[in-house]
Amino acid sequence: MSAETAVQEVKKSEPLFSKKNRKLITNPLDIDNPITVQVLGICSALAVTTQMKPAFIMALSLTVVTASSNAAISALRNTIPSRIRIIVQLAIVSLWVTLVSELLKAYVYDVSKQLSVFVGLIITNCIVMGRLEAYAMGNKPWPSFLDGIGNGLGYGMILMIIAFFREILGSGAIFGYKIFEAAGIHYQGNGLMLLPAGACILVGLIIWVQRSINGYREH
Amino acid sequence: MKFLRNTLDKAKHNFEEGGKYHKYFYVYEALDTFLYSPNTTAGAKGVQVRDAIDLKRLMMTVIIAMTPCLLFGIVNVGHQHFLALGQQASMMDKIMVGLMQVLPIVIVSYTAGGIVEAIFAVFRKHPINEGFLVTGMLIPLVMPPNIPLWQVFVATVFAVLIAKEAFGGTGMNVLNVALTARAFLYFAYPTQISGEVWTYIPEGAKVVAGYSGATPLAIAAETVTSGGNAVTQLSGFGAGWANESLYSLQNMFVGLIPGSIGETSTLMCLIGAFILWATGSGSWKIIVSVFGGAYAMGLLLNALAVNPFMALPAHYHLVMGGLAFGAVFMATDPVTAAQTETGKWVYGFLIGVFTVLIRVFNPAYPEGIMLAILLMNVFAPLIDYFVVSANKTRRLKRATV
Repeated sequence: MSAETAVQEVKKSEPLFSKKNRKLITNPLDIDNPITVQVLGICSALAVTTQMKPAFIMALSLTVVTASSNAAISALRNTIPSRIRIIVQLAIVSLWVTLVSELLKAYVYDVSKQLSVFVGLIITNCIVMGRLEAYAMGNKPWPSFLDGIGNGLGYGMILMIIAFFREILGSGAIFGYKIFEAAGIHYQGNGLMLLPAGACILVGLIIWVQRSINGYREH
Repeated sequence: MKFLRNTLDKAKHNFEEGGKYHKYFYVYEALDTFLYSPNTTAGAKGVQVRDAIDLKRLMMTVIIAMTPCLLFGIVNVGHQHFLALGQQASMMDKIMVGLMQVLPIVIVSYTAGGIVEAIFAVFRKHPINEGFLVTGMLIPLVMPPNIPLWQVFVATVFAVLIAKEAFGGTGMNVLNVALTARAFLYFAYPTQISGEVWTYIPEGAKVVAGYSGATPLAIAAETVTSGGNAVTQLSGFGAGWANESLYSLQNMFVGLIPGSIGETSTLMCLIGAFILWATGSGSWKIIVSVFGGAYAMGLLLNALAVNPFMALPAHYHLVMGGLAFGAVFMATDPVTAAQTETGKWVYGFLIGVFTVLIRVFNPAYPEGIMLAILLMNVFAPLIDYFVVSANKTRRLKRATV
C-alpha cells in the first residue's frame, strides 16, 4: 500500500529533482550543449581558454549569472511587459554580471585582469540571453534556475576540455603546473594551440567526436 | 615473386567475410593491390570509359614530375651544407649528406600519413586509396632540411586528420593537405621553420667566416628598413664565403641557394610543370596565371615603388622563394583548385597577386605563396559559383521562350 501513497504524493507536488528537472541539467551537457550543438558563446570559448584557470573562473561566472538571472526573470515573467522585455532582461543580467565582476576583482584579481573584458561581455553572451528568452520567460523559477545551472555547466564543460588541451599542448601545463618539466621531460610548446585558431580546431574536433557518438545525421 | 603471391593468397581467407581478421580486410587489400594489379577488371562489354588513367596512375605521374625537384633538392642540401662549412666536397659527398637529411623526412612523412589513412580505411570500411602518395612526397619537399623528424610526424598526422579525413577523405578536402602540414608547423613551432634555418648545419659544426643563412626574400625585405637597392644587396650577398655571387638572378633560377628541400630550383619546377602539362595531369592555365599574377603585381609595385623592396624588378619575384614550386605542384592540386576553366585563370592569378602582396607588405611572413594558396583554396568554390552563374545568365539571355 505504501507504494501507492508514494505515487499519489508525486502527483500532488513535483519533487525538486524529478526526472524532468534532472533532464534540465543533463541535456545541456550533451544533446543540447550550448557550444557544440547550439553553437552559442563561441567568442568567449575561443578567447579565455588558453589556460585552465581563467577558463574555470569564466565557466563559474557564467553559470552563476545564467542561473540567477534565469531565476530572477522567471519570477518576474508575468509582470514584464513583452515589448520592453529585452531591456528588462539586460538590466537584470547586468546586475548579476557587475556583482560577479566585483567579486572576481576582490578575490582573484590576477584572473580578473586576464579575463579583462570578457566577464563584462557576459551581459551580451548569447547563452544567457538565449536561455532567458527561450526558457525563463515561460517557466517557473525553480526549473529556470536548474536550466541556467545546466547550460552553465554545459558551457563550462566544453570550456574546460578546450582549455585542458590548449594549456597542456600549448605550454605543457595543467592549471599552471608545468607537468612535463616536473617529470623531467623537455616539452616544446605548440604555438598553434595558443592562437584562437587552435581553439577553433578543438571545438571542431569535439563536435566531430560528439556527433559520431550520438549518431548525428544531416537532414 | 610466386612465393609472395602464394603467401597473399593463403592469408586471404582470414580477411574475407567470416574470416578472423575481416575487420582489417582493407589493409590486406591495399597491400595486395599495391604489389599486384587487381584481378577484378570490368568486362569487355559495357559503357565504361576504357582508360589506363586511374587515381594511382595520376598520382604516380605527379610523383614522377616531382622527382627532378627531389633529386636536385638532395644535391642542393649537401651543396649548401658544405658551402656553409666552407669545405670543398665531391658530388658524391654532397649526395650522401643530402640523402642522410632528406630520406628520413620522406620516410617519416609516408609512415605518418599511411598510419592515419589505414586507421580511417578500417573505421570507414573503404579501400585505402592512393590520395596520400603525392601529399606524402610534397610534405618533405616543403620542409627545411634541418626540421626535427617528430615535427614532420605531428604535422603530417595533423594535416591528414584535420585537412582531409575530417572533411571526408581523399577528394573531399577544402585545403591543400601538404600546405596544411607546413602551415601547422609554421604556426605551431615557428623557430624550426622560419628565420635562418634553411641550411643543414650539424650541431657544433663551425661555419665559415662571414656566413649568413638569410634567404633572398629576407634580404629583400630588410631593404625596407635599412634602405639601399634590393638587387645590389642580393647580388652582393655571399661575397667572401660563397664562391660565386649566391643570389644572382641566374643562380636563383637554377636553385643552388638555401631553402626548403624541393623548392629552391625554378628550373626543376619548370621541368615538372612540363611533365604535368604533357601528361595532362595538371592545369597549365593555373601555372601560367600564378606566374602572371605575381609578375603583374610585381610590375604594379614597381610603378608605385615607395620602398626598395617594392622597386625590386618583377621578374625577381618569379625565381625567389617557393613561388614556382607552389604554382606547379600546390596550386594545380585538382581537388582544391577551381574546377571551371575560367575560374582557373582567376584562381591562379589571385594566388600570384596575394603571394607578392604578402611578401612585400607583411613583415611577419617573408614568403607568401603558402598562405596565398591556402586562402585561394577556400575561395575556389566561390569563384566556381560565380563562373557557373555567369554562364547561366548568359545562356538564359540567349534563350527565347
